[in-house]
Amino acid sequence: MANVETKPVVHDEDLLIEEYGYDDHFHEHHHGDKYQSNFITTYIFSQDHKMIAKQFLITGMFWAIIGAAMSLIFRLQLGFPEENMAWIKPLLGKWITVNDAGIGSLAPEFYYALVTMHGTILVFFVLTAGLSGTFSNLLIPLQLGARDMASPFLNMLSYWFFFLSGMIMFLSLFLNTGPFSGGWTAYPPLSALPQASSGSGAGMTLWLLSLVFFVVSVLLGGINYITTVLNLRTKGMSMWRMPLTIWAFFVTAILGLLSFPVLVSAFLLVMFDRGLGTSFFLSEIFIGGQALDHVGGSPVLYQHLFWFLGHPEVYIIILPAMGLVSEVLSVHSRKPIFGYKAMVYSILAIGFLSFIVWAHHMFMSGVNPFISNFFVIFTLIIAVPSAVKVFNWIATLYGGNIRFTAASLFGIGFVSMFISGGLTGIFLGNSAIDIQLHDTYFVVAHFHIVMGVAAFFGMFAGIYNWYPKMFGRFMNETLGKIHFWGTIIGAYAVFWPMHYLGMAGVPRRYYRFDSFAAFGQFDAMNQFITIAAIVTFGFQLLFVINFFYSIWKGKKMTTRNPWGATTLEWTTPINPGHGNWDGKLPTVQRWAYDYGKDGKEFIPQIQPLGKDEKDGH
Amino acid sequence: MNATVATTDYRRSKIHPKKFALLVACASIMMMFAAFTSAYIVRQSAGNWLEFRLPDLFYLNTGVILMSSLALHSSYLAFKRGNTRVYRLLLVGALALGLAFLVLQYQGWQALTAIGVELTTNPSGSFVYVISGVHAAHILGGIAALLLAILHAFVLPHRITPARKLRFELTLIYWHFVDFLWVYLLLFFTFS
Repeated sequence: MANVETKPVVHDEDLLIEEYGYDDHFHEHHHGDKYQSNFITTYIFSQDHKMIAKQFLITGMFWAIIGAAMSLIFRLQLGFPEENMAWIKPLLGKWITVNDAGIGSLAPEFYYALVTMHGTILVFFVLTAGLSGTFSNLLIPLQLGARDMASPFLNMLSYWFFFLSGMIMFLSLFLNTGPFSGGWTAYPPLSALPQASSGSGAGMTLWLLSLVFFVVSVLLGGINYITTVLNLRTKGMSMWRMPLTIWAFFVTAILGLLSFPVLVSAFLLVMFDRGLGTSFFLSEIFIGGQALDHVGGSPVLYQHLFWFLGHPEVYIIILPAMGLVSEVLSVHSRKPIFGYKAMVYSILAIGFLSFIVWAHHMFMSGVNPFISNFFVIFTLIIAVPSAVKVFNWIATLYGGNIRFTAASLFGIGFVSMFISGGLTGIFLGNSAIDIQLHDTYFVVAHFHIVMGVAAFFGMFAGIYNWYPKMFGRFMNETLGKIHFWGTIIGAYAVFWPMHYLGMAGVPRRYYRFDSFAAFGQFDAMNQFITIAAIVTFGFQLLFVINFFYSIWKGKKMTTRNPWGATTLEWTTPINPGHGNWDGKLPTVQRWAYDYGKDGKEFIPQIQPLGKDEKDGH
Repeated sequence: MNATVATTDYRRSKIHPKKFALLVACASIMMMFAAFTSAYIVRQSAGNWLEFRLPDLFYLNTGVILMSSLALHSSYLAFKRGNTRVYRLLLVGALALGLAFLVLQYQGWQALTAIGVELTTNPSGSFVYVISGVHAAHILGGIAALLLAILHAFVLPHRITPARKLRFELTLIYWHFVDFLWVYLLLFFTFS
């Protein structure tokens, strides 16, 4: 997009930046943009954080559609196990077996592959790369007043490792033996023995390879985010003046950097068990009537290593969403965020606690019940900073002059989802109650609401809010609102009933339930969930259409700061080039949440403090 | 060089972003080895654990990698003093010692096999192979950086610019880090 402004309008922001800004001699270095001279360096191997953010977002959307479509196929199996599935044979090929009567059914091993891929794709590709990758890249330099990331080159590599990782996973979908099918957690022995199931062979090899590249991507990104936040803040941007988005991305990056390497350790040991005959995770095993050589391994050891990543991972997913929602709620309720410092301390507390709760995923794996006590306590303590955050969001909304835009609706929806899903977390965090609830649909309902749907809501809030910054145009508000109402009603319709299934003991990951008389009463409920899932998916297609239509045909942005926000990203030109600000860098004079102060609707961060004015928290 | 890394004089006293990024990366690598060694402890406490004495070669090798670090550090000091001959000589010395370390590690693994501790014999031995192997891979990365440093040392004229100094410091930090990492691992294997 050409960087043209039709009329030579003088913007207030430019005057302020000219007067108070910091001259880093940007134009003396750059005559034009040496990184972005042609199509390839602008749109493909771009080193501009804003373009990389869009790449992460669109790749994430690609994966979200695939992952969600997979869930529809296995939901069809769960809701309508008797129905004829022959019609998707053109898509799934041999994984639909058609009997003599012409009735097609989903192959059980492919059902497991779908469940596994759905989890892997959504957790890693969509809600880690698509969420934190997009918004950390877009907002960290823009909101901190930096020209770009600390290392634009590593940033570019981060995206392309993610892309490579995705391509490998995509290839694995087309293997003759199918993709990996042992669950997204890849527990041994299904992951460590190539002969354990059809997906454990080549499918698992590609899965491991893909995720190792994915970790490289996360680490390269994380190193950049942390370094940029600590080293490239503009003049006046003290840590306590950073918007909550940045705090969230910063802590997210630290969590990723400390936990993903542990996952790599676990994967390396799995690779040795698979290929070189070691017995880290494999104990005495008979398979196909044959005794294997492996002796003395411990599958629980893998679980420890996996969940040492796995638990921080759920906060890697939810913290960016929390940051985005904090910002969106404050901007659209025209009020300062309530309890800014409490918000920061709760982000830090959640980040710290997330490292010492991992074994609550393993209460039923045979870990010592006394050790479980320790993990129960820390798990329940996480409810405290989470509740502080919820309280502060509600207090921010309370008495606000709320603009019900698509962005703020999704922000409010996030709070609703986070409360619903958080409360069920208190049940599951108790090791005694977990004896009944573990591996049931109660767990599925809990984590889908609290980190699946909630994180998506945070992401949607972010996309609707910062879309003008990304593309210089607005998404359609009416479609956005329809998208919101369809999604929130649909998501509750899908996941609320699952709590009842779970309390009745219906186990997750089962292919069908007709041999269990006790679960026959839930047939109608399963059908309802499936129909709700299909309808909700339809509303997401509405979003996708809105997104791509608006890139070219959306309402054009005519002012720089359409939401009346205080933060620095809205002081750049409407279509900022590489380097973000044309002349001087803006300097920061005040904290990020001066809304409704001294009778003014909002005061940008670049506006100097008045004579007797105090920087407000 | 790169205008996006701000030439911000209001924070010139602070650490260079690239150096900081390297330290963050080192922390991340450290976490990977923390995971390996804690897995080692957990697995050891579960029993069926073959006890054996680490071959002496690994101890000898620790001396080699320490010498390499020392050589690189002296080379860095010579670079800053402007002493080209010592700078180049010690840089090559550091690389030679680094390569020697890898060769000796390989012989250490052979010595392990010779005393009957093969890769698949028992997890106690498997851990030693895997952990020292992953460490060796990180040494390889350091050797790539050293080769680049040698290329610079012999091709470019010896000028003490901030960019050259920074590049050298990055190599130095990483090399010291993998050296320290090995000392940690050796102490861990010896006393756990």
